[in-house]
Amino acid sequence: MRGCEGATVRGHLGARVRRWSVTFRRTVAPSYRRTISCGVLALALLSGAVLVRGQAGTGPIKIGFLVPLSGPLAQNGRDILNGFLLSLEEVSQRAGGREIQVIVEDDEGIPAVGLTKARKLVESDKVHLMAGALLSSTGYALAPYIDSMKIPMVYPVVSADDLTQRKRSPWIIRTGWTGSQPNHAFGEYAYRTLKYRTVATIALDYAFGWESVGGFQRTFEAEGGRVVQKMWTPVSVHDFAPYLAQISRDVDAVYALFLGRAALQFLRQYEEYGLKARVPLIGAGTTTDEHVLPVMGDEALGVVTVLHYSAALDTPANRKFASTYRARYKKVPSYYSESMYTGGKWVIAAIEALQGRVEDRDALLAALQNAKPTDLPRGPVELDAYGNPIENVYVRRVERVNGELQNTVIDTFPRVSQFWKYNPAEYLKQPLYSRRYVPPS
Amino acid sequence: MAPRALNGWRMGIVVVLGLAFGVGPLILSTYWVGLLTQMVILAMLAMSLDLLLGYTGLPSLGHAAFFGVSAYAVAVLATGYGAGFWACFLGGIIIGTLLAAAFGLIVSHVRDVYFLMITLALGMVLWGLSYRWIPVTGGDNGISGIPNLLTHAGIPLTGGVAFYYVTLLIFAGCGMLMRLLVRSPFGLTLRGIRENEGRMKSLGFNTWLHCYLSYVISGAFASVAGVVWAYYNGFVSPTYLELTASSELFLMVTLGGPATLIGPVLGAAAIVLLKNVMSAYTARWLFVLGIVYIVAILGAPQGVWNLGTREKT
Repeated sequence: MRGCEGATVRGHLGARVRRWSVTFRRTVAPSYRRTISCGVLALALLSGAVLVRGQAGTGPIKIGFLVPLSGPLAQNGRDILNGFLLSLEEVSQRAGGREIQVIVEDDEGIPAVGLTKARKLVESDKVHLMAGALLSSTGYALAPYIDSMKIPMVYPVVSADDLTQRKRSPWIIRTGWTGSQPNHAFGEYAYRTLKYRTVATIALDYAFGWESVGGFQRTFEAEGGRVVQKMWTPVSVHDFAPYLAQISRDVDAVYALFLGRAALQFLRQYEEYGLKARVPLIGAGTTTDEHVLPVMGDEALGVVTVLHYSAALDTPANRKFASTYRARYKKVPSYYSESMYTGGKWVIAAIEALQGRVEDRDALLAALQNAKPTDLPRGPVELDAYGNPIENVYVRRVERVNGELQNTVIDTFPRVSQFWKYNPAEYLKQPLYSRRYVPPS
Repeated sequence: MAPRALNGWRMGIVVVLGLAFGVGPLILSTYWVGLLTQMVILAMLAMSLDLLLGYTGLPSLGHAAFFGVSAYAVAVLATGYGAGFWACFLGGIIIGTLLAAAFGLIVSHVRDVYFLMITLALGMVLWGLSYRWIPVTGGDNGISGIPNLLTHAGIPLTGGVAFYYVTLLIFAGCGMLMRLLVRSPFGLTLRGIRENEGRMKSLGFNTWLHCYLSYVISGAFASVAGVVWAYYNGFVSPTYLELTASSELFLMVTLGGPATLIGPVLGAAAIVLLKNVMSAYTARWLFVLGIVYIVAILGAPQGVWNLGTREKT
């Protein structure tokens, strides 16, 4: 059967070659003009693409910027971009005596797309440095490429712990935070100040959720508290009813981690189920972050969350930032906006320190690592030896002030490191917080 | 089955694609070489779907499954077990093919919209698995750190252009095999099943077996593309298995021209190009892309490749 089939195939082939040659003579010859014009067109396209190869010179400083501007995270991506543009507007798009040119690319929140766009920025646009990215998955996917190209990259938002812990990348500067960082402080706060002893957690089922809940659980249980129930919901969750029915009513508090639409939905349903009156709600900062807070109602009142920023932070630097941002974009700045405003100031400070000589990549990296921008909205920030910020962590409670919901800062943990109070070397021997994390006893 | 005339339109397409794929990388910048590599890999994948969708008439909305699973296999073998090149390369293809063989048993007895639904469901199951089977797949974060294909395979060459030509070679090999396949009696039987399965049955053909084999073979070629894709990107993530990946693939085939093999190549190249070029110039690129799709489907319902011909494929 097989051989027979093969023979037929060969027969087909022979016949086809003959037919092709006939077809070729009959059809191609008369239409050669069109063919030639097509060929010329193709050559023109190719040579045009060759010309696109940029020339690095003494022109503007080019910064490649990657954020999701389409898809479910488009709004958060827009906030990040706005923060960045605002920081550049304040210096009239100039630093170190050179003009700054930003090339924005949409990574759609898909790691492979992010990588393709990063390649475009580096290899085609010849940017001097990159900034941006939102999702941890994109952050991890870009890291090997960034290292291989030796291109400095600023991550303002990506909070995956291991990027500055067990899988450090020398060319990545994180000006944001790690997911567990504020939650370490919050675990202690929940036990000592809020006097909670048992907590149930409900969080989005992905790395950001695991790392935040893990950090909280570790310090909360180290104090003597107990996380009695841990629930994980799919990132695409639409209805919390099945989860809310299961939540223990006998705990001192429920810890929730959501963002965007899920945060809105969760808080609304938490109240509808009568849980809000029975069990206090606490959580990660994104649950009541300003990217969703303005569209929430009274169901958010009284929720206590933790983050390294609040738009209601009462410092001169933040008041100025928040009012300028509001005037410019008609929105309250979210932590996403602040993240890249600070990231932008970081980059500007580094460029100033180099007096605009960004062509030397090693010097640029060193300048970024040693940059000390001042008057940051979130308070003082410095990088630790692992490339992660040491910064204040704020405990915030949602209150209504002048008719608007805001995250009023009720307590501050100054200069919190990603390792909390632990020894970094010891800390790094522990596995990364995962879905099944159990604190070492 | 007289060979369709190679009119000017088609000659133009062949010349442009041939020039771009053949000599483009020698003169283009590395970024464009990267895009061409993507085009070639996705073209391979789209051709494999064409075997199923175009030639057998089975609309699969879960074809990214084989692509993604073989990519994951390479990632797990290379980073978790430190496996060598051939173990990764063949392992990826074998695992993808075995998966197709298993799924084929479930899907081969249904047709049309039922086929669509079941393949969609199976694809979603795998996507969920990649997302939740964290110890193996790394969950949402995926797996990064897959070695470079050339160093892994021990080829004494480096750089994007060398990788591109290796990919092109694999693409050409797979393309050739698929072309042989669709011109063979087996391929003709598949077309017969597409046109009228009842008649083929009454002629004594085991149509179930033909559909099953077509599914497995197409899965095998998709696995080859997945292996190369894993090496190209250096990481894997659940987005490879998402429904959007499968539906975009579907679009490549229908846009280019189903049951032509070269149509899907055209579709893949056009979509990669449009997505990347458009988004560089306008923030409303999704809008533009949507219009292009609609115009293409209305203006060339048989696919762009068949635009110059009247006859029905």
